[in-house]
Amino acid sequence: MKLLVNFSRGKGRKPIIAQVVRDTGVLINVERAVIDSSEGEALIDVPDDQCKLVSDTMISLGARVHILEYGISLDESECVDCGACISICPRDVFSFDPDWKLCLDEKRCVLCGKCVDACPSHALIIPV
Amino acid sequence: MHKTISQINERIRDGSARVVTAEEMPAIVAELGEKGALKEVDVVTTGTFGAMCSSGAFFNFGHAEPPIRMERIWLNNVEAYGGLAAVDTYIGATQQSDTREDEYGGAHVLEDLVAGKSIELRASSRGTDCYPRRTITTELLLENLNQAIMCNPRNAYQRYNAATNTTDRTLHTYMGTLLPGCGNVSFSGAGLLNPISNDPHLRLIGSGVPIFLCGAQGMVIGEGTQHSPAGGFGTLMVTGDLKHMSQDYMRAATMTGYGVTLYVGLGIPLPVLDIDVVRSTAVRDEDISVDILDYAVPSRNRPVVSKVSYAELRSGSIELNGEEVKTSSLSSFRRARQVAAELKGWVEQGKMQMALPTRTIEAKKVSRPMHQSTQGPRVLDIMDRQVVSIHEDEEIKTAAKKLLKGETNHLPVINGAGVLVGIVTTFDISKAVANPGKAHLVKDIMKTKVITAKPEEAVDIAVQKLEQYNISALPVVDADYRVLGILTAMNLGKLFGGRWLK
Repeated sequence: MKLLVNFSRGKGRKPIIAQVVRDTGVLINVERAVIDSSEGEALIDVPDDQCKLVSDTMISLGARVHILEYGISLDESECVDCGACISICPRDVFSFDPDWKLCLDEKRCVLCGKCVDACPSHALIIPV
Repeated sequence: MHKTISQINERIRDGSARVVTAEEMPAIVAELGEKGALKEVDVVTTGTFGAMCSSGAFFNFGHAEPPIRMERIWLNNVEAYGGLAAVDTYIGATQQSDTREDEYGGAHVLEDLVAGKSIELRASSRGTDCYPRRTITTELLLENLNQAIMCNPRNAYQRYNAATNTTDRTLHTYMGTLLPGCGNVSFSGAGLLNPISNDPHLRLIGSGVPIFLCGAQGMVIGEGTQHSPAGGFGTLMVTGDLKHMSQDYMRAATMTGYGVTLYVGLGIPLPVLDIDVVRSTAVRDEDISVDILDYAVPSRNRPVVSKVSYAELRSGSIELNGEEVKTSSLSSFRRARQVAAELKGWVEQGKMQMALPTRTIEAKKVSRPMHQSTQGPRVLDIMDRQVVSIHEDEEIKTAAKKLLKGETNHLPVINGAGVLVGIVTTFDISKAVANPGKAHLVKDIMKTKVITAKPEEAVDIAVQKLEQYNISALPVVDADYRVLGILTAMNLGKLFGGRWLK
């Protein structure tokens, strides 16, 4: 399961992710992170059964946590199956089926958003 | 053996014509042989669905009361041409909205009309004795227009060069998003389904030939603009009635950083008259080659990085400089297939019959580049020739003095051989003074990755570099990287009032 973690770096610059890994013993996969001097945002992947544990521990350390149930979403009424997104995606989310219809493997998506701009049809939407 | 158009049309009328798509044809020819295929197949349908920027439509609105001679015209805030007498206009697909920029354009107006949405017409005029009205604003549906005739000057490119990007930044082009360091290859075209690729000598495709255009029955007008079939880049000018078109086969789109375009679905049925038609319609993706061009070079002549076939491009990846690079298409092969299949249905059901061109299209023509009687400003016309530079082994203090004396903010740094090796700015020096450390010499603080210009380069290209890299000066260097001058934002002032011409 994917979690979007936001934290402020104001107070003592706590190594939140490292501390959660140590305290819970859950191996966290950081898929994307933007951290600057004042705040940070990280997209992490954790096993489904340990999601609650990780999430609660993060929150107790002062982070805000959103569970991301969905990856990028495709508006099929706008998509023309061109495939412009296929080579843009760093995670191989998109592919063609045998009938050249665009398919997506939502689970692979890390919501980087690169495909959104690359889609000429405005058919790809980042869920909020 | 050969067949005539009337024989084929007779079979279409009595429902016995054998119609196949251009995708099915290679296997049929392989199985039955050329003679067998000629006997068996009557019509081969082609199809393509891709971004065709050079598209648009003529509209006639009818007369208002009191009447107006529209001189400036907007449809949903997208400007349309006002030079076609009182109540006619032409709207081009790539024209962008005055208010919504590349979010909305002429292509969206066309799609909205086809989708049954209402469009706001706004027009102004100076008013004449016969047309006293000065302004008009009204909501219109497609059914309110007397005529809505799609007329596309350049459609159905026979094939199109693929694109890649050797720079270190992402490029946004009409070929889509091109990732840095040849991170991907973008291509366009229906390959074996493309109309002209199935009739490369243009024996069957010409003026008056019936076609599928965005779901409507349309017609080839003649050769398209930029038609260049000698090099394998034939194009067609086509027309069709917007009132019979479907959103399934025409879509407005936006290429990020480039602008609005229209996806057009276009197919042409080809009557199988003789062995030559059988041979050309047996074309496969493997047989159609495409150059991959480097869009890093902002020139009309982009260097060819590699040559591949549509089969390779469609496979999902190709090898480029020893590395596997992902490919993706801008045109939709699925929809191209749907166009060819729908057209096949039309012919099978007798809805469309075959016709030979009333006027043929030249098959050996070459499109020429623009004749330019005047040259735009080049870097050497406006650059500063009295450039102050500094040796890399000088002290920082010397650089500071030079900057002050030269009243400049940029110092190109050269080595013992006089070759450009870096650049220092007032910012670099201030930083070195504010944070004194081990750095004493210019070479310790200079930036070694220098963005440069060439003297013969167009100023527009240099300006693009200043903007892209967010810098304010470009050292101008010769082929040996020796500094000839410097181009700063200040020099660009010379462009105003044509002073560079002196």
